[in-house]
Amino acid sequence: MTHIDKLHDASKLERLLEAVEKKFSDGILNAEIANRELTLTVRKKDTLSVLKYLRDDRRMMFKCLMDVCGVDWLGKRDERFDVVYHLLSLNKNMRVRVKVSISEDDHMPSVCELFESANWFEREAYDMFGIQFDKHPDLRRILNDYGFDGFPLRKDFPLVGKVEVYYDEDEKRIAYKKVDMPQEFRRFDAQSPWEAMTGNASLADDANMFNEDEFKG
Amino acid sequence: MTTTTTTKEMEFGENFTLNFGPQHPAAHGVLRLVLELDGEVVERADPHIGLLHRGTEKLLENKTYVQGLPYFDRLDYVSMMCQEHVYCLAIEKLLQVEVPLRASYIRVMFSEITRLLNHLMWLGTHALDVGAMSVFLYAFRDREVCFDFYEAVSGARMHANYFRPGGVAKDLPEGLTKTIKEFTEAMKGRIDEYEDLLSENRIWKQRTVNIGVVSAERAMSYAFSGPMLRGSGVPWDIRKAEPYEVYDKIKFDIPVGKNGDSYDRYLVRMEEMRQSLSIIEQCIADMPEGPIKVQNFKISPPKRDEMKSSMEAMIHHFKYFTEGFHVPKGEVYVAIEAPKGETAVYLVSEGGSKPYRVKVRAPGFAHLQGLEMMTKGHMLADVTTVIGTQDIVFGEIDR
Repeated sequence: MTHIDKLHDASKLERLLEAVEKKFSDGILNAEIANRELTLTVRKKDTLSVLKYLRDDRRMMFKCLMDVCGVDWLGKRDERFDVVYHLLSLNKNMRVRVKVSISEDDHMPSVCELFESANWFEREAYDMFGIQFDKHPDLRRILNDYGFDGFPLRKDFPLVGKVEVYYDEDEKRIAYKKVDMPQEFRRFDAQSPWEAMTGNASLADDANMFNEDEFKG
Repeated sequence: MTTTTTTKEMEFGENFTLNFGPQHPAAHGVLRLVLELDGEVVERADPHIGLLHRGTEKLLENKTYVQGLPYFDRLDYVSMMCQEHVYCLAIEKLLQVEVPLRASYIRVMFSEITRLLNHLMWLGTHALDVGAMSVFLYAFRDREVCFDFYEAVSGARMHANYFRPGGVAKDLPEGLTKTIKEFTEAMKGRIDEYEDLLSENRIWKQRTVNIGVVSAERAMSYAFSGPMLRGSGVPWDIRKAEPYEVYDKIKFDIPVGKNGDSYDRYLVRMEEMRQSLSIIEQCIADMPEGPIKVQNFKISPPKRDEMKSSMEAMIHHFKYFTEGFHVPKGEVYVAIEAPKGETAVYLVSEGGSKPYRVKVRAPGFAHLQGLEMMTKGHMLADVTTVIGTQDIVFGEIDR
């Protein structure tokens, strides 16, 4: 028994999964329960209908869209981005994650009409990854600078950025210049080829788990 | 009230646009708010955020899990340990490790001290925005004591980096629980004093009652959480609904508001402080002896003195601080009840010692989005009340 998800009820998630699969027999590309969390992978065109169903069905009541975010799978998957929705049902005390994979030039349908909270979350996903949301009422940058160039959370965007801001004494104004680091960001590859140290595959085994008796003496 | 005024139309009777912040004391940091006003009535409010954006999520992708932890202190910089907590829990969930019971109690105790810290900060600045100076000074006196507790366990007064994956960094110093107990005893009376100053205060009520009313339906649609949701009458608290650590063993109540206005949220937070004091006392009473971190030295650093004699401990120490531990492939979304609401981390690991993607879900981000909905039709002076009642901190919103 871990210290997280103490009231977790696996059967509840399974029932939910069953109901969703019944409703969208071919719309759900993948559904799995891993780490005590339910993930539904859906097709782009089904996003709105699945989210609407999850929100409105009496057995679901996922009225809160807690988070929308992007994940960049550059070079790892054919479809570059995942758009991940996290929903919360206050009535049923359940959470579900809905994932949509899209390629770089795909557009996502905006879910602002279903959830008010989606507005800024989608703006952030656009700002950070360049994911376009169709029919979004106000798709502007949100966290980055006005007129910022590039999408910083993409994996091909450099960690140190591209431009830096400074105060120009002569012109008496804030100006931009190309970033110039006295030292490159040093990415130490400390990864050991020595499996015995790095292979933590057995961490969850009982032998590695905390054992109270050992520390009483 | 205004810093700079840019008027589109100066003619009488036209709407004009007002730029509020980013250097305004009532903006709680660096909020730039573009207000469209009809006389003194707010027609539109467009918050421009990101002035404190530091790219935390990008940085985390380039650091090992242990190196990334101190960034979380700097997200919501008035509830530091709660931010660390959520990252630790996410890592632990992926690693599937269990923390020792004593560590759980210490974490809960410090989470609640953090809640006090946060709410005292909120109370002081909110009252200051609305026009009551003295509460601010009193609240900061008590925050000092809480900072002393932080210092006693971690050596740092604010950015503690005390919670670690697998437990906490160090055990409590001797006598600390006694000091904390004395503090909670004294604090109960002080919360009553603050309530005496504000609850029936005519000006305070005029400025907060029926200001920024949010219906329960609206609060859910806007993804409000924490006191912002409970103030609207929704009994939802992650500590009860999805208990983590030892919250299921502790008795406490969840205060819920009725009208969803700023005054109700004030009452909710005041009662939460009392509940926090009770939780801290229960933690002190029930805290068992034992280790304070998981005794698997691949995920927690070994004892200093063992390193002097044991080769294996030495290797563990070296690998822990250079390469870091490896987290199995997978993804988790872990949410906790931070003082401001649901702080969550969506952690994607591809194996290896660095996270592939970390998304921090900040409650303030969702709350600030509701600013326009909450201020529409109110007077300009009420904007500061609403900013205050939302308990805005830009560290977490801008990330």
